[in-house]
Amino acid sequence: MISIKNLHASIDGKEILKGINLEIKAGEVHAIMGPNGSGKSTLSAVLAGRSEYEVTEGEVTYNGINLLELSPEDRAREGVFLAFQYPIEIPGVSNVNFLKTAIGEIRAYKGLEPMAAKDFLAMLKEKQKLVELDGKLANRSVNVGFSGGEKKRNEIFQMAMLNPKLAILDETDSGLDIDALRIVANGVNKLKSKDNATIIITHYQRLLDYIIPDFVHVIYNGKIVKSGSKELALELEEKGYDFIKEEIEA
Amino acid sequence: METAIKTSTVKDKLIFEFDTSKLFLFGNTKLREKAMESFYKIGIPNRKHEEYKYTRIDVMLKEEFYFSPDKNCNDEQIGHLKFLKDAYVVIIENGVFVKGLSNLQNLPKGLIICSLVDAEKSNSPVFEKHYAKYADVNADPFIALNTAMTKDGVFIHVAKNTIIEKPIHIIHVATAIQNTIIHPRNLIVVDENAQAKIVESFEILDSTAKIFSNALTEIVIDEYAVVDHYKIQDENAGLPDRQELGYLVNTTQVIQKKQSVFTTHTFTLSGSLVRNNLTLVLDGEHIESHLNGLYLTAGNQVVDNHTVVDHRKPNCNSNELYKGIIDGKSTATFNGKIFVRKDAQKTNAFQSNKNILLSEAGTINTKPQLEIYADDVKCSHGTSTGKLDEDKIFYLRARGLSLESAKKLLMHAFASEVVNTIKIEPLHEYIEGKIFKKFE
Repeated sequence: MISIKNLHASIDGKEILKGINLEIKAGEVHAIMGPNGSGKSTLSAVLAGRSEYEVTEGEVTYNGINLLELSPEDRAREGVFLAFQYPIEIPGVSNVNFLKTAIGEIRAYKGLEPMAAKDFLAMLKEKQKLVELDGKLANRSVNVGFSGGEKKRNEIFQMAMLNPKLAILDETDSGLDIDALRIVANGVNKLKSKDNATIIITHYQRLLDYIIPDFVHVIYNGKIVKSGSKELALELEEKGYDFIKEEIEA
Repeated sequence: METAIKTSTVKDKLIFEFDTSKLFLFGNTKLREKAMESFYKIGIPNRKHEEYKYTRIDVMLKEEFYFSPDKNCNDEQIGHLKFLKDAYVVIIENGVFVKGLSNLQNLPKGLIICSLVDAEKSNSPVFEKHYAKYADVNADPFIALNTAMTKDGVFIHVAKNTIIEKPIHIIHVATAIQNTIIHPRNLIVVDENAQAKIVESFEILDSTAKIFSNALTEIVIDEYAVVDHYKIQDENAGLPDRQELGYLVNTTQVIQKKQSVFTTHTFTLSGSLVRNNLTLVLDGEHIESHLNGLYLTAGNQVVDNHTVVDHRKPNCNSNELYKGIIDGKSTATFNGKIFVRKDAQKTNAFQSNKNILLSEAGTINTKPQLEIYADDVKCSHGTSTGKLDEDKIFYLRARGLSLESAKKLLMHAFASEVVNTIKIEPLHEYIEGKIFKKFE
């Protein structure tokens, strides 16, 4: 699905990613863990197409296409979805209207007919249930007046509506209480299929109790320094990130 | 030097025109002469006039101008201007009330709508009591000029306890084949405990020359009355190839008595130059006033909103929200003054002006001014000017919206705060549609 080779990226002349290599196949869940400032969020921002980050080296091939050449919207239309760590509030734009526009443009890009209003509404209802999102929130302005947990659920709700091939969850667990975490994880699990892949970026292991990863990678100082199975996450939780640092520096 | 000579030429021409026509104009010649004297003293404001320094009407008036429009339009031409289907429609063509084009059949009891000329001729005591009593000829040269030179306009009187459910739509339509100056004038009196909705729209049709409209409306709102007022300024919209023919100075002078509620909305969608002078005098206790404005400017447009809210008595609330989106080389100015007089204790007065600047070449001047002479008041003002938020744009694009539609959606959202204050549903739809088209 996606192949990241020797990816280097910098912001304001400062190199953050220093050669990331990662292969993800359809149907897989990969967790990327690492201490603060290691480059986790930069990786997600680069994959989603934030223009502040400059890719200085390396390549990203996504389903046979050069992802780095696409605009952010075309990446989304090709099925890449980033659940934001800090979802943006947009006063005056209703969730529903926003999703209607997004789905309309994605379908137009793919050469599909516009979705019938009836079908859209049916899907809206169904997906709201998936993340237990209050119907009232759907009609409100995007993320305005939402609690932290509601914002994260809204991200997963949007993900459910857009049905991406590659979902990147950037610290979706941060700031969530255990109930909200279960709801979000449950939503993600239901959306999983053999045709799509998920990247979970997280600092803590807890989310991985609910969304079981196939692979766990540890990113440190802009590089993936260790990869393993889900047990690696538990080891990290127990020993802390220092043991990785010690291993590297040793 | 040349500028000075030419500018004074326009002034001289105006004075000459006044001297030759004053005896044929309706009403009190003394009042008109006094107004002209005042205009003579102030003159056409140039950049040295503090209140007009960003809006160079003197430059615009350097060209040749005539005083008698030489075109008339027919029913068919103006059909599309009557966008409120269920309304009492008043047509003011080139500053003159045209009964034949208006729709004023079956006016309900308690509602009078007629020309200013007829109101004056019939010795209406309401007209006599209120006409030209509020807009001060010494305060502004365009008030002086309008008071001196107006030919006509509409007089609307809503009698005590009368509720007019349908909106009254005053359509100012201008047409010209040579540069023309007109001075339409309206007087609206809403008596005690009466209610009305007034929509004023400004349009130009079928023209090949510039039209300078110096329009003035006085609104008198008596005790316990409720008035909802709208101005839709879209003068260049009806012209082919976005010709820049419309120049508008629009003065709205409002007096409110105790316990009355007044809401006014100003939508400026096109027009080469638009200057709004909106003044509210809150002359009683427990008055509520809302001022909403939206201006969408582009090209070389100049749009200047000057507002004054004058709190004279205690326990009143005023709330002002003006928003603008500035593109191209256009210039937008907001100057909002709030006076809280010594007597006006327990005043709540709020003001906010927010702008989005889309282009490097656009200019926004914003100047909130509070003058507070009472000590127990709550007042605030705020202003912001910025670009469209990059984080919001990225968020929308990350969900599949193109850069263009992300921007459009955000502009729409920005404008909707003002648009959603429109209480007349068909008008809401009309403005939504207009704005949608503008963002295309």
